[in-house]
Amino acid sequence: MGINRRDFLRVTGVGTLLGLGGGVVRELGIVKRVEAGTYQPQPNALTARRWAMVVDMRKCLEKVNQDGCQDCILACHAVHNVPKIQDPKHEVKWLWKEPYENTFPSQHHEFTEERLHGQPFLALCNHCDKPPCVRVCPTQATFRRPDGIVVMDYHRCIGCRYCMAACPYGSRSFNWSDPRKALEADKTNPGFPTRTKGVVEKCNFCDERLAEGLPPRCVEVCTVKALTFGDLEDPESDVRKLLRSYYTVQRKPELGTKPEIFYIV
Amino acid sequence: MYDAGKILTGLLLFLCLITSPIWYNLAAGKADTKPDPKLPAQEKECVAARDVIVATHMSLLNTWRDKVVRGADREYVTAGGKVFPLSLSEGCMKCHANKAEFCDACHNYVAVSPYCWDCHVEPKENK
Amino acid sequence: MIQNAVVGGRKYWTLLLVLLAVIGVGFLCYLYQLVKGLGVTGMSRDVSWGFYIAQFTFLVGVAASAVMVVLPYYLHHYKQFGRITILGEFLAIPAVLMCMLFIFVDLGQPTRVLNVLLYPTFNSVMFWDMVSLGGYLVLNLVIGWVALDAERKRVAPPKWIKPLIYLSIPWAVSIHTVTAFLYAGLPGRHLWLSAILAARFLASAFCAGPSLLIILCLIVRRFSRFDPGREAIQTLAKIVTYAMILNMFFLLLEMFTAFYSQIPGHVHPFDYLYTGLTENGHYYGKLVPWMWASTALAVVAITTLLFPQLRQRERVLVFSAVCVFLSTWIDKGMGLVVGGFIPNPFETVTEYLPTLPEVGIALGVWGIGFLVLTVLYKIAVSVKEQAQA
Repeated sequence: MGINRRDFLRVTGVGTLLGLGGGVVRELGIVKRVEAGTYQPQPNALTARRWAMVVDMRKCLEKVNQDGCQDCILACHAVHNVPKIQDPKHEVKWLWKEPYENTFPSQHHEFTEERLHGQPFLALCNHCDKPPCVRVCPTQATFRRPDGIVVMDYHRCIGCRYCMAACPYGSRSFNWSDPRKALEADKTNPGFPTRTKGVVEKCNFCDERLAEGLPPRCVEVCTVKALTFGDLEDPESDVRKLLRSYYTVQRKPELGTKPEIFYIV
Repeated sequence: MYDAGKILTGLLLFLCLITSPIWYNLAAGKADTKPDPKLPAQEKECVAARDVIVATHMSLLNTWRDKVVRGADREYVTAGGKVFPLSLSEGCMKCHANKAEFCDACHNYVAVSPYCWDCHVEPKENK
Repeated sequence: MIQNAVVGGRKYWTLLLVLLAVIGVGFLCYLYQLVKGLGVTGMSRDVSWGFYIAQFTFLVGVAASAVMVVLPYYLHHYKQFGRITILGEFLAIPAVLMCMLFIFVDLGQPTRVLNVLLYPTFNSVMFWDMVSLGGYLVLNLVIGWVALDAERKRVAPPKWIKPLIYLSIPWAVSIHTVTAFLYAGLPGRHLWLSAILAARFLASAFCAGPSLLIILCLIVRRFSRFDPGREAIQTLAKIVTYAMILNMFFLLLEMFTAFYSQIPGHVHPFDYLYTGLTENGHYYGKLVPWMWASTALAVVAITTLLFPQLRQRERVLVFSAVCVFLSTWIDKGMGLVVGGFIPNPFETVTEYLPTLPEVGIALGVWGIGFLVLTVLYKIAVSVKEQAQA
């Protein structure tokens, strides 16, 4: 044939690369059809410049000690199709309870008042102003919106779980297996997607409900109004009024994350 | 060329094997049946004209997804003024409710399996 | 040059076959993990990184250690290392490959891995990790291949390779610094939140990598006609000695800060690793025997390396090198990575040990690494044998 082995390999290799590269260029070069329409937010969407939540643990604990209430948790997990996983190592939770000593490990001491001993405090994503999880995400699958909500893009998440290592609050859960296996088919909320295995998830401040003008589900169902949601930048919002009237604490403020969940203890 | 006979025979055999899906489908007549997705009975106006949607619904859905998840827009207003929610389950599938008769008709023909429904919940008609 | 990889004796092909078998088992385990999800591993909501990332962390160090041969030879003209720079570079290549594979098998959505490049995020250390590892792989491939090819042709390497070689020196340091930065900037993990972590990583890299290189050089001498040189091996041994002493010293520095300050966040991870933690009457100490084994191996290694009478006897040196490698593998791998997650942000303990499929997949990746290493070394050693003749 007259061609030696090295040159044959070279020609074939370059030819293949050009072929593949040309294919890619052709795909990119397809001119997108111009859509004639426009996009807009929903007309009654709730907007803010900095969403925050105040959790009045006094009201919450009073109700919990009466009847073991977990309305907010059940409602949140139901509307968001959060799977009920039996193995605690693999559980997925957006809102849950942790004992006081574990929620505020540096606050309790040997003589903390009895009414707080072992009491179940609500834990959820703090939607920090300076979120370490957002800082570390290599694909911006988790990002902070201009209104303060730290959001997950489940489509972009590669499941590296760097955000889980970065979160100082343990707010994030990973789907170690197919979550649909732990969801009851007839209790699934069809209006909200489930997730797939291999992505991280967490509380989203109900951004899909805010877009429709509805408050977060946990806030809506709490019968004792222990949860208050509002805009920190609006001096007359409910959250600002509560923050003005009561002493509030945040979780691990010394880390500089500037969490947006405030607890009245 | 050394072993020309063996090499050319082998190459011919390889080409036949690698193109087998094409000539098999031609022979079995499977390629003749065009996909026939069942269109919704009531609604006549979709997000865009039929040929545009068929060609671009993949990138359209991706654009919609990014606008909802990463942006603040949740509604699309067509040139004619019709408003659609940017949602697979609440927008597209409100009209195209039967996944098996609509979406799968074409997808099965071209052998693609988009992973939308791994997460987005199919309307109850399908279950 | 590649044809050197397809001609070999029975021992060569047997080794490749065994490695392929291990890779095959690992691959099947990986398919199982792909179908079922990462729940088949021992990882949990609290310990969200485990064996895979531990291997990755350790192997980045091994990859970086090529610089320990390249720097003395190219910057300081230490002639004895001239024979083995290729062995260093050809160790770095499979090491980086294994790093990338360990990250890949750890991903929940591996098909989306290119999102890291499609949506570059300059504030994410993981993005820079991917860039630096990829670049280092390409650098070593180009440098190693071109230099070896030049040696095969009995000519000097082309001039343009010199700047690439000089670039590979800080780049090697950077890949491991970036990996340390993955950990050292996370506000909630007090075992990792330390300025000295990057220095610890480099010190442990420079004892783990060269000690593996020593073992590989002795294997090369035993199974081929190429002798890397007794003095080169002894110099590597001295490097390992100093690096291991420095590594242990840095660890003791960390322990001093933790235990003298008595700050719970600093103390608890070390307590968990070396004595175990008791919580609600339950004792958690699965890693304690491993950490003390690592310590014992380190003490034995330093003792046998410190005295020239022992270090110069190559049988003892092999033993010391194995001790160094195993000690750092435990301490930098499982010890550091798992220890960082225990206790969790709520100050409770969830323990972690890898599962069987997890170990299978890890062995498969190690198998791929050793396969690439064997093939590359076969090529390099063959070229050197031919150049000698």
